[in-house]
Amino acid sequence: MSKLRRNPPRVLVTKIGLDGHDRGSRIVASYLRDAGMEVIYTNPWQEIVSVVKMALEEDVDVIGISSLATDHLLVPKLMQALENAGLAHIRVIVGGIVPDLDEVELKKAGVSRVFHPGSSREDIVATVDQLAAQALQARPTF
Amino acid sequence: MGEIKPEKISDVSEQVEDTNAATERWQIEYKTQLGAEQAIHNRSGIEIKALYTPQDRSDTAYLEKLGFPGQPPMTRGIYPTMHRGRTWSQRQLIGLGTPEHFNARVKNMLKAGASALSLIPCNSVYRGYDCDQVEPELLGTCGTVVNTVEDMDTCLRDIPLDKVSVALNDPLPFTMLAQMLAVADNQGVSWSKITGTSNQSDYISHFVANHMFYRLSLPGSRRVLLDAIEFCTDEVPSWNPLSVVGQHMQQAGATPAEAMGLTLSTALQYAKDCQVRGMDPNKFLARFTFFFDISINLFEEIAKFRAGRRLWARLVKERFGVTDERLMRFKFHAQTSGCDLTRQQPLNNIARVTVQAMAGIFGGLQSLHTDGYDEVLSTPGEGAAKIAVATQNILKHEAHLCDVIDPLGGSYYVESLTDEMEEEILKVIHKIDDQGGMYSAVENGFVQAMIGDSAISFQEQVESGEQVVVGVNAYQEQEDASARPVLERPDTGIMQEQVSSLRKKKAERSQVSVDRATKALRETTQSEKGNILAAEIEAVRAGLTQGEIIAVLREELGFGHPLIVA
Repeated sequence: MSKLRRNPPRVLVTKIGLDGHDRGSRIVASYLRDAGMEVIYTNPWQEIVSVVKMALEEDVDVIGISSLATDHLLVPKLMQALENAGLAHIRVIVGGIVPDLDEVELKKAGVSRVFHPGSSREDIVATVDQLAAQALQARPTF
Repeated sequence: MGEIKPEKISDVSEQVEDTNAATERWQIEYKTQLGAEQAIHNRSGIEIKALYTPQDRSDTAYLEKLGFPGQPPMTRGIYPTMHRGRTWSQRQLIGLGTPEHFNARVKNMLKAGASALSLIPCNSVYRGYDCDQVEPELLGTCGTVVNTVEDMDTCLRDIPLDKVSVALNDPLPFTMLAQMLAVADNQGVSWSKITGTSNQSDYISHFVANHMFYRLSLPGSRRVLLDAIEFCTDEVPSWNPLSVVGQHMQQAGATPAEAMGLTLSTALQYAKDCQVRGMDPNKFLARFTFFFDISINLFEEIAKFRAGRRLWARLVKERFGVTDERLMRFKFHAQTSGCDLTRQQPLNNIARVTVQAMAGIFGGLQSLHTDGYDEVLSTPGEGAAKIAVATQNILKHEAHLCDVIDPLGGSYYVESLTDEMEEEILKVIHKIDDQGGMYSAVENGFVQAMIGDSAISFQEQVESGEQVVVGVNAYQEQEDASARPVLERPDTGIMQEQVSSLRKKKAERSQVSVDRATKALRETTQSEKGNILAAEIEAVRAGLTQGEIIAVLREELGFGHPLIVA
């Protein structure tokens, strides 16, 4: 599958909503960068519309949303906005403090994977790599 | 100097010879049995030896290095009676949903033994928005929605402001303080009787380590903070307008020594700013307080607090020439570190919080928040918060941790480590001095880079297994989902009512007063002379919401964008 890919995965690592605790997102961004991926990293406090815009302009395969203080509750809205923008092929992962019950809701909304505290570097890198390959497969052809 | 010595030695040379021989014998036996050992370092990078003896510290310098509680150098505590006289404020962070929720919960907490209250607003408040300006899903999930004087009035209903000490998690520009002072007027309580602290007024810590708060531009923040310190010094003399926050730095990844050094440097910067403005150090220094993180590294944390206390007493004397010992008091609140808690086997977190709390108590804190074990799973629930308060009471009453002042003072290890931590902390302070002080070091990204590097290096230690974390990289188990707490979320209907009621208030208030207060606030901000906090109090009285006040200040002073350093 990954033979199809000529370029390293492109990943947008960001935070939406109100909170700005960014230790987790910075560490994950550095994991992915060290694994050879192209990481687009933003300030916290992004609005959904700007995330969609960046995802489109930067042509990313995966979006990583970091959440510490319930901002993950906005992710279903992000999923909808991506779909509306014709970006349903982009895979979305969420990392941070996400209660179990909310994880179920996020998965229902189309989130590929939720990473909780204590997740390993290997797991995160391998998952993003796989998801990027899936995104490439699912990319609409014109 | 020298009146107090631990022991009288008659024949010193003979004793030294015996000690040397015994040391040598122990060293040989230790090496023979353990062989080549990997060096152990604490989080601040100090190598930890297997044994500490009188040779690791200077006993002759008792008065100079340790002294007595309440006397410089304050190593053993800032008050003569310390925890024997007054233990510490049990200041649990609370904030959920609406002002009504908060009021009900805070009354329960006071009944359960909490002696002071702490108000955590909703993230929408932190970020400078009224509840009608944000995504409704997020309202009240992390704190209480407080936008107006009426909201604050509800939060504090039946709570006598002249008796209960209040901590407001109130980032600049102090809108909650303005609201509370207006409520005090309504309650008929004189501002001079109000005690407590404006937490989160330390804008420097927000710029470097915590992007959860609304921020004005750096110069704008500087002005607003100095206005508030000046106002409170004159008008609300028992209120602490400044709490310098080392907690953000350590939570963001700084080592304990870095966090302490950066915090002291920040406090020195603010003190210098106050002095430049013409304020008297003999007044404003008395109201400086600190807020720290307590990690689970027990002895390192104890040494961090003892060293920080000793350094502060010395630095204010050296740099501001104060001689009044009361001004050298390093008053601090501390919170157990959420970063050490694990999602895996969450009940283990109760044990972690207990050890962290012990470190803070032995470190001589004045106020303590113990985390709920469920912090890593969700916004802490009420059941977990009760256990956290009980933990403090158990340590106090059953474990008798308050019977002796600075009980670890004199321990060869603790004294030696205190000295070494002090050196590490001073190194950080000197690095910041070389940058021209904390304000410049934040402006140019120096501090952000330091903290980022330390965060990555700690993460690498966890990954490599060098730092064992039970349930995460060792002793993993099949998860027991039954230990997971029930999720507490505000009723979305009730939050919607809160939004509607704010809209109604906005529509019904006198537009003339609103316009007048807005204009006055703007003019005060534009003029270099006026006091912004004083103008905010007038503004909240006229019905301006916090979101509206912040909008005016943002227009006049600019917004503080985060500086992300890769």
